[in-house]
Amino acid sequence: MTASADNQAHGATATGSADTRDSDYDGYDDYDEGRVYNVAGGDWDEIVSGAVGDDRSSDEHMVINMGPQHPSTHGVLRLILTLDGETVTELRPVIGYLHTGIEKNMEFRTWTQGVTFCTRMDYLSPLFNESAYCLAVERLLGIEAEIPERASVMRVLLMELNRISSHLTAIGTFGLELGATTVFIYGMREREKTLDIFELITGLRMNHAFIRPGGVVQDLPAGAIERLREYLRVMPGLLGEIRALLDHAPVYLARTRNIAYLDVTGCMSLGVTGPILRAAGLPWDLRKSQPYCGYETYDFDVATQQSADVYGRYRVRMDEMDQSLRIIAQCVDRLAGTSGPVMIGDAKIGWPAKLALGPDGMGNSPDHIAHIMSQSMEALIHHFKLVTEGFRVPAGQVYAAVESPRGELGCHAVSDGGTRPYRVHFRDPSFTNLQAVSVMSEGGMIADVIAAVASIDPVMGGVDR
Amino acid sequence: MTQPNEPAQGGAAQGGAAQGGAGKGAGDDSTGQGSTAVPDPAALAGRERLAEQVARSGMFGTMTTGDTSGYGGLQVRRAPRLASPRPYGSYFDEIADRLADSLATGGPSFGAAVEQVVVANGDLTFYVQREHLISVAAKLRDDPTLAFEMCLGVSGVHYPTDTGQELHAVYHLLSITHNRRLRLEVTAPDADPHVPSLVGVYPTCNFHERETWDFFGLVFDGHPALTRIEMPDDWRGHPQRKDYPLGGIPVEYRGATIPPPDERRSYE
Repeated sequence: MTASADNQAHGATATGSADTRDSDYDGYDDYDEGRVYNVAGGDWDEIVSGAVGDDRSSDEHMVINMGPQHPSTHGVLRLILTLDGETVTELRPVIGYLHTGIEKNMEFRTWTQGVTFCTRMDYLSPLFNESAYCLAVERLLGIEAEIPERASVMRVLLMELNRISSHLTAIGTFGLELGATTVFIYGMREREKTLDIFELITGLRMNHAFIRPGGVVQDLPAGAIERLREYLRVMPGLLGEIRALLDHAPVYLARTRNIAYLDVTGCMSLGVTGPILRAAGLPWDLRKSQPYCGYETYDFDVATQQSADVYGRYRVRMDEMDQSLRIIAQCVDRLAGTSGPVMIGDAKIGWPAKLALGPDGMGNSPDHIAHIMSQSMEALIHHFKLVTEGFRVPAGQVYAAVESPRGELGCHAVSDGGTRPYRVHFRDPSFTNLQAVSVMSEGGMIADVIAAVASIDPVMGGVDR
Repeated sequence: MTQPNEPAQGGAAQGGAAQGGAGKGAGDDSTGQGSTAVPDPAALAGRERLAEQVARSGMFGTMTTGDTSGYGGLQVRRAPRLASPRPYGSYFDEIADRLADSLATGGPSFGAAVEQVVVANGDLTFYVQREHLISVAAKLRDDPTLAFEMCLGVSGVHYPTDTGQELHAVYHLLSITHNRRLRLEVTAPDADPHVPSLVGVYPTCNFHERETWDFFGLVFDGHPALTRIEMPDDWRGHPQRKDYPLGGIPVEYRGATIPPPDERRSYE
């Protein structure tokens, strides 16, 4: 808190002289540095006149909390702004409001169950969380070469679909935060088409827990290829509608051009990756530079812009969705008309992946159930041990990274040779990129803070984990 | 399934003094026997394995072993950290040579700064002495032949049985120029949980070091504002440490205390 050492209370927020505190928290209510204005509804003019009408206010900085419940802060993000008029002189992001202890919880569940936790971190890109984690576990196991080709193609397919749905949310909410509700409706509508496909393939629209160490849960369901082809047919036009709405809209350009500038040097020192780095002109994409899941076999380009501003980041995201459609088309071609295993052949690691629809929903296939229940006692024991106790992972540590929609999503997994992770740490791009919001916003106008945060596209579930 | 970190016979000599507590008891045993007769290497390895400290046991907070299968033997023993011999393979030798050259132009020698080099799972890890961390990181960033421009943050790991080096800070570095990765690992004892801050070299470590302080109690000396970042400011304890329980923590809010979930209500 800067500026005033004025201890006079203002209005209703009287500074109590008697110490009536029940806990350490209560001191903050009667914060006696400067004057406190509680803004909760009411007429803005009255608040401003109350603040400005006082002579002493004119040369003071104003400290404002934006969030943690502000709709344009992308979830529970709190920004402490110090304002000189409308100019932001200092910005401090405060996080932790969505901390759920996922990393700690994963240490108490088997390696396979870990997927169910980590998919909930960055809830807009769940399949990237799962992929990063599974790639790390597979490298610890030393089974990277044994992952079936079809499983890798399905991972790529799902990740690229997820990239589109994530970018659509980013651009849609971005429009909403700048006051353009149409963009939001378009973005959400198009995202819905992707989520429908997720629902068809994985059974869930979010938090899929579909990618597992060793492969994926199950093969594509009947009709998925046709749905994907239909998706590929309509999406370019729908993305074109968003482009037509935003690419040259004068108000949009005024709000995004030369706003929240961050060049390559700034990105490097702050560890910023993803669309922000590519909008600064550096074509760094892990899918190209350090390919995983067979990305080197797909034909696609890395989208870049030179402007290093909010508009450039928007353009990069739009271009990336086009490239994702290209990759999805190649995935569909590889998957169509072929079949094969989608889970590693090693029965000590791979969970049963031939599921079937029963009267009570999706579950193990009748063949598998018949085998373990009435044919082989050993198979039943094996199934039980694999599912309850899990498999052992050789001791060691590994770092695996994927290019998520927000940048490099890394998974640092440590094993002590047991059936559960010893430590899993996720290097979430939102967490790292959020540090740049101060650099992007300080010295600018308060309205541009919204654009800066939106262009970073932080997902607080990933930031706080 | 290969087990690259399983203790190989004879390989332990590479570890030298840096091995810490792991396998110390086994070493005492073997010297006592070795003076009278030449022990069978296989039997010795088996004894070493059993003498390793139990890293952990039990699961899901149960008081018994919690092992539902009866065969799991949930006592997990940690393999000692083994130094890798040259050549390291891939581009790893080049990084080590360049760093040694670079450190020769100023700063500590490679041998003094890097106590151990480990290559495992396709990653290169330098175990750096904490007092030399900043100078090593600065060389890695600034030397154009190394050019690790980007730090991908800090990940803390707590090894309560690793006596004298319970807390580990793991840094992942990325060179975009050369498309290479490198891991730095620094250790600190629980009694003196201090590691120099890398914020001066890699500003991106700001949030990451605050997170590691928050979760592990590792103090990063020189950090501009080392405060909690995920947990509330007045939280007691560092939740990711192994001696911190999962759950069972009462929730306090404005003077009132809400008991942990397992103590809230009894249906008996």
